[in-house]
Amino acid sequence: MTDRLAQVRIGVVTFPGSLDDGDASRAVRLAGGIPVALWHGTHDLDGVDAVILPGGFSYGDYLRAGAIASLSPIMREVIDAARQGVPVLGICNGFQVLCESGLLPGALTRNAHLHFRNRDQLLRVEARTAWTSEFAESAEIVIPVKNGEGRYVANTETLDAVEAEGRVLARYLGGNPNGSSRDIAGVTDRTGRIVGLMPHPEHAVEELTGPSTDGLRFFTSILASLVGAGAGTGSGAGSA
Amino acid sequence: MTWVVVDVMLKPEISDPQGQAVLGALNRLGHRGVEGVRQGKRFELEVSDPIDESAIRQIADTLLANSVIEDFSVHIETR
Repeated sequence: MTDRLAQVRIGVVTFPGSLDDGDASRAVRLAGGIPVALWHGTHDLDGVDAVILPGGFSYGDYLRAGAIASLSPIMREVIDAARQGVPVLGICNGFQVLCESGLLPGALTRNAHLHFRNRDQLLRVEARTAWTSEFAESAEIVIPVKNGEGRYVANTETLDAVEAEGRVLARYLGGNPNGSSRDIAGVTDRTGRIVGLMPHPEHAVEELTGPSTDGLRFFTSILASLVGAGAGTGSGAGSA
Repeated sequence: MTWVVVDVMLKPEISDPQGQAVLGALNRLGHRGVEGVRQGKRFELEVSDPIDESAIRQIADTLLANSVIEDFSVHIETR
């Protein structure tokens, strides 16, 4: 199992303006996988087993956060691969990109209080997905949140459906940092493979620098999920 | 020269904290007559004739506005 974990390749996309691609790659490595750098301007997913869209301000957040990035060459491939079952995690700006791409419901808008919010945040992990399989049920975790446009919104029917289908990935506890509807911090698609999260698990993977190491479980979860699904054998899903 | 103007506004049910902040500033300036403010975006597209209105609407719907949270309107200006 350990040998196969070490062969799982997780792509981390760098857009112009990405900030957290380095930390996301480091988190993959600490979890035991192989981070693979992917570039926004290419159509090459390099045969990775899963993809992470990192935090930052892709394309300067021009037009709307994540809007231009969602139309970049690499996202054409990510969207195709995601629809074929390749797991994708969007963190913060990556979550915005997934919503703008139509892979996840809703949208992220300006924080209700208009301030950038940067703090350690208590969350409850709710949905069991490829990226959260190693958390205990309703696990409460602390990871950083840092955003100016993190307020999750959707119409009432969408919110009701997301809740009824158990697709709330995580919910803010101990205070909602941005005014998100129903305290939603992240959502998943119906398959549990395409996941978006506003707070930053990649910043909570080492005791020296993070408020906890709770974030590491998102990365060990996906490695375990992929090995369970037969990845890491050199075949590489998403070989588009 | 023909310009197509696309106005993009948050849907009525989406709260607009920027508009509320502007309203707060107006109140502080003493403008008591203003009871609400909504902030939006205006795009001006310089286009060649003849104008393909369905293409313009597609541009507005797929890029300029996010239909999950925003509505848009299109009008033509000749300058």
